Amino acid sequence: MSDIRQARKALTSRILEGDGKASCSERRAAFNNSGLVEPISALVDKVARDAHEVTDKDIAAARKSGLSEDQVFEIVVCAAIGAATRQYDTALAALEAATGNASRKE
Amino acid sequence: MRLRILDSGHGFGTKALFALIRTVSRQPVLDVIKLVKYRADFYGGPMGALTQDAMRGPSTWSVGDRELMAAFVAKTNQSEFCTKAHAAVAQGAYRDGRKVYASLSDVETAPIEEPLRATLLMLGKLTREHAVDADDMRAVLAAGASRRQIEDALAVCFSFNVIGRLADAFGFFVPGPTAFEAGAKYLLARGYR
Repeated sequence: MSDIRQARKALTSRILEGDGKASCSERRAAFNNSGLVEPISALVDKVARDAHEVTDKDIAAARKSGLSEDQVFEIVVCAAIGAATRQYDTALAALEAATGNASRKE
Repeated sequence: MRLRILDSGHGFGTKALFALIRTVSRQPVLDVIKLVKYRADFYGGPMGALTQDAMRGPSTWSVGDRELMAAFVAKTNQSEFCTKAHAAVAQGAYRDGRKVYASLSDVETAPIEEPLRATLLMLGKLTREHAVDADDMRAVLAAGASRRQIEDALAVCFSFNVIGRLADAFGFFVPGPTAFEAGAKYLLARGYR
């Protein structure tokens, strides 16, 4: 099987704990989609929920609030990976519930 | 592209590589390449390794099946760039454009095997609603997909839930079909690293 456990761990620790232009706490907040203030919180929430609704204005607002392009880059990457991680973990838990104890009815 | 650094903030060596790609392929460099080559140690490197495992690592799903899943997840996210890009790769891998087109138009009636159909439906729900439950998984298992196949499909889904979000958030330019065909040939020959 294609096992992405190691690769996921490496990716997550790199973006959240490695060197970056945004602080580790900002990157983690973007990953978790919580604890950020406007307008960054609105951008991060769109990336997590409806990325196709992100507009030029959302990115411009984040820049105007004082973030550099590199900081926006990192925060958007963390937001996307965080959202995908929550979906993935939810799905694996559902699979575990379906296969871990097949006789137990939920 | 909404961030200038992603368009033109690359180092000299990477810019030379882009010039080479433009010369050899006679196509513009796709924005996804510009993204993964920008500060590659932060995102492109570790994400490329993960995507290579998910899309080309050992699995009982074929490369075509996994590329179709990628396109299906992208379509569900309404990510035009990724849908077109991976529909082209799936078409190349299957050598069957109609199967890909039918699956993306109406998965319920598409001429595909039941385990794949049930898996696509589950990935669609997960992507759209951000959650699935044990009953959703039982339906996929009942259709004949194995637990491992579901895990492999979730790995594909993870990758493309990241990539599609970035394509849309950063505002990737969506080129014509020739550029995607060139990209598909590259991904089939070389993979994602």
